[in-house]
Amino acid sequence: MVAAEDVLLFVNAATASTGQREFSENAEQQSISLSFLHEYMRVNYRELYAATLALGINDHNAMLAVRGLLGNARDVSAEQKAIEGRLIAATLMRLSPPRVFRLFKALQRDGVNNRRTRAIIRDWMTALDNPAYHAVKYRSGFKAGLKHAHVDFGDGELRDFLFGPLQRKPYTTPILETWRQAHYDRNVLYKLPYTVAEGFAAKHGVKREVFIERIGTQMTPLEKLRTDREPVDPLAVLEGSAKYCGPQQIPWLTRLAVRILALPLDERAARRAELTDGMRRFARSEAGDLAGTWGRVTAVLDDSFSSFGSPVKRRRPLAVALATHFLLEALAAPGQYTPLWMSGRDDPLLSYPSGATPLGTRLLDALETAPTRIVVVSDGWDNSPPGLAGEVLRVWRTRLDPARRVDIVHVNPVFNAEGLDVRALSPLVPSVGIRDAEDLVLLVELAQFAQGRVGLPELLAYLDDRVRRFLGAD
Amino acid sequence: MRIDLDGLRTGPAQTWGAIRLVPLLRDRPVEGLRLHRIAYSEEPRWSAVRLSSKLSYYSYVPHGFVADWDRDGGDRGESAAFGTQILDETKDKRGSVLGMPMQVHRRMTQKLGKRRARFLPLHFAIEGYLALHFGGPDIAWREWSDRVLRHGLSPRMEASYRGTAVADLQDALKVFEIHEGQCGVLLYAADALAAAFVVPHPDDYRELHPTLMLDHYGELIYQYALMMPPVKEFRAGITEDVDTLAELRAAAEEQGAQWAEFHDRVMANALLDRDYTAELGYVMGDFELVRFRPAFKPGEENHIGEAITDREGAIAYLKTYRLSEAQVRRGYLLETLATNGWRLSAAAKAIGTTAEDLRGRIRAAGFEMILRQKETAAGSTK
Repeated sequence: MVAAEDVLLFVNAATASTGQREFSENAEQQSISLSFLHEYMRVNYRELYAATLALGINDHNAMLAVRGLLGNARDVSAEQKAIEGRLIAATLMRLSPPRVFRLFKALQRDGVNNRRTRAIIRDWMTALDNPAYHAVKYRSGFKAGLKHAHVDFGDGELRDFLFGPLQRKPYTTPILETWRQAHYDRNVLYKLPYTVAEGFAAKHGVKREVFIERIGTQMTPLEKLRTDREPVDPLAVLEGSAKYCGPQQIPWLTRLAVRILALPLDERAARRAELTDGMRRFARSEAGDLAGTWGRVTAVLDDSFSSFGSPVKRRRPLAVALATHFLLEALAAPGQYTPLWMSGRDDPLLSYPSGATPLGTRLLDALETAPTRIVVVSDGWDNSPPGLAGEVLRVWRTRLDPARRVDIVHVNPVFNAEGLDVRALSPLVPSVGIRDAEDLVLLVELAQFAQGRVGLPELLAYLDDRVRRFLGAD
Repeated sequence: MRIDLDGLRTGPAQTWGAIRLVPLLRDRPVEGLRLHRIAYSEEPRWSAVRLSSKLSYYSYVPHGFVADWDRDGGDRGESAAFGTQILDETKDKRGSVLGMPMQVHRRMTQKLGKRRARFLPLHFAIEGYLALHFGGPDIAWREWSDRVLRHGLSPRMEASYRGTAVADLQDALKVFEIHEGQCGVLLYAADALAAAFVVPHPDDYRELHPTLMLDHYGELIYQYALMMPPVKEFRAGITEDVDTLAELRAAAEEQGAQWAEFHDRVMANALLDRDYTAELGYVMGDFELVRFRPAFKPGEENHIGEAITDREGAIAYLKTYRLSEAQVRRGYLLETLATNGWRLSAAAKAIGTTAEDLRGRIRAAGFEMILRQKETAAGSTK
């Protein structure tokens, strides 16, 4: 039982926390707590720890876990190593290339260079479908990986490009040749990946507006979002962009929510139809087959001042709430969805962080709508008055609804480093960490274990199933 | 004068560590007066305030407040400023002390336009405290040193802690969720009232909320915040038998009401119950900027502060500073000496002690330099 609790605690932390500053805690507190949890799990429950890679923990934690697993494998059995290897390989395929290259650099710094590590790096690098593209775009990381794992591509041109001497002209690989020409010709640089072209544009003194205008299709969708290139019609972002390498899943719904919340209120109001439509389309595709199957759903969504997050995670908790709002709208039976915002405002598109967190009162409002399921999205700082939500839930669960007719789940986008877990509202209601609203369905599935109704064997079976699906997917 | 917080009601408190913040809410803002902020410098640096041709006040002055009154009276062009304004430094002739950059302000309160004035928050009040009987003895009794007879108490200095040094204060202010209509705050450290801050308009409060970080706090507050355990937070608890949702809601509302009242029980009314000596600083239309000081009672809570009041005496702006015990004693000694005509023996009799003991107290309070050296020597041989 202890193991089950520990695993869930770890998954909560590893889903919600990115080691960045949060509203009430700084980055150091967060990362110290996280690294403790990682080490604790790795030492005590290595098998379960490795299996959490399949549970959709966030990229930051997946990277930490891979680093830990590769770096501490002295007394591990061969079978365990084999399964870990497959999990790690599958995880690397899921991560974005910059993160993988950062991982390679970290392994290099850690001095982790065992045979398994080298094999994993080699397999990942040789599986790249366009190594030259990666070598140009992520040059230092690519180089670090090659050097660290002694990978030989057997491609003299690529070797010369990375390690010199830079005397070849012309290169036969088109992208390398473009790169060579971009040093001299400002019109060629628009064929290079955006981040590389940016450097050349600066070198040639190309005006920023002109550059952004012309680089267009070389940007990945996320780069487009970052540079503010009319990103808001969501499908248009996906079309006409550079492709990612590898099967990546980008949480578009949450990304867009973040983007929308960054717009000024006036602009949001002016483009209401377009924005709502975009969010709905993404939510519907996220919901997939489950659309309309959740019955009567009421959401309690936190837009209190603390949903501002921190300067490094601007309005993240609010964005998660906004994305969850649209997702639940798609999941609930048509017309059976009631959103209740903490502030009492009822226009989700125009929400902004302000005010206190009267969770208790809002929960009462939610219970009054007689739903079959209540989803609470909040950082759990119930402060108006403090602890009322816990009391309401306690009385509800013990006196009014002991049979659990209403399914209540609390998803928390903020990891509480001091408590080593996300802040729970009440021991009677499961609280799970969330990073992207897209994970909601899986997290609700996982939440049943947090209630203590289901024991370790069931959890292990569930984990096995998830691992099988995760490994089978690629 | 009494401090009268009519028109303000307390909201539910929020706590963080040893800090408790009690919001003060106004149902309707005070009309005709607005405050905003001037930041003088991001870097800590000394400032000198020229009080008169001979007298200066040196302190770290991070910011000033601009009071704007009668905005509809035709001075809109100038009063439209919101947000941080940087003072044009080139206008001031810059001096320097030991190579430190230095800013010179003219007077504590200065007219900036027809209907606006800038003042240095809290410095105005602290200067009032420092200037207490600054001239020294009126009659040259032989127990006072030549120096105090010639120059008064100059230089008189006091130290206080900046808000950034007070443990947990930054986090407490950061996570504080500002209420709708909030116009002020009562700041407690370990449930000792550290400061009261009131402004005329909720928007002003929103803007000036972070300036609490730059204010002065007494030593007591610094130590309480550092040493004391977290203050007890109100926890909702529903104990009654509840059988329906409606009953649960009633019980929850009951808890909400109890919470709003909670701090009234822990709140010390020492700020409001006292009589203060007020001193008029500046008249702005219908409003008056005053600073006030308490009767200096050792062993009790003593606050100095400044306020902008309207004709009826209602508070539009208030900022207080809790004196530390040593500061209260210094004020008390000076007041006692002054009321007894600076006669040591008479003052000693008035507080029921001996002249020798009073001399000891003066020395202990850090005013040794006001006692004549010979007297001191004669006293110690006795």
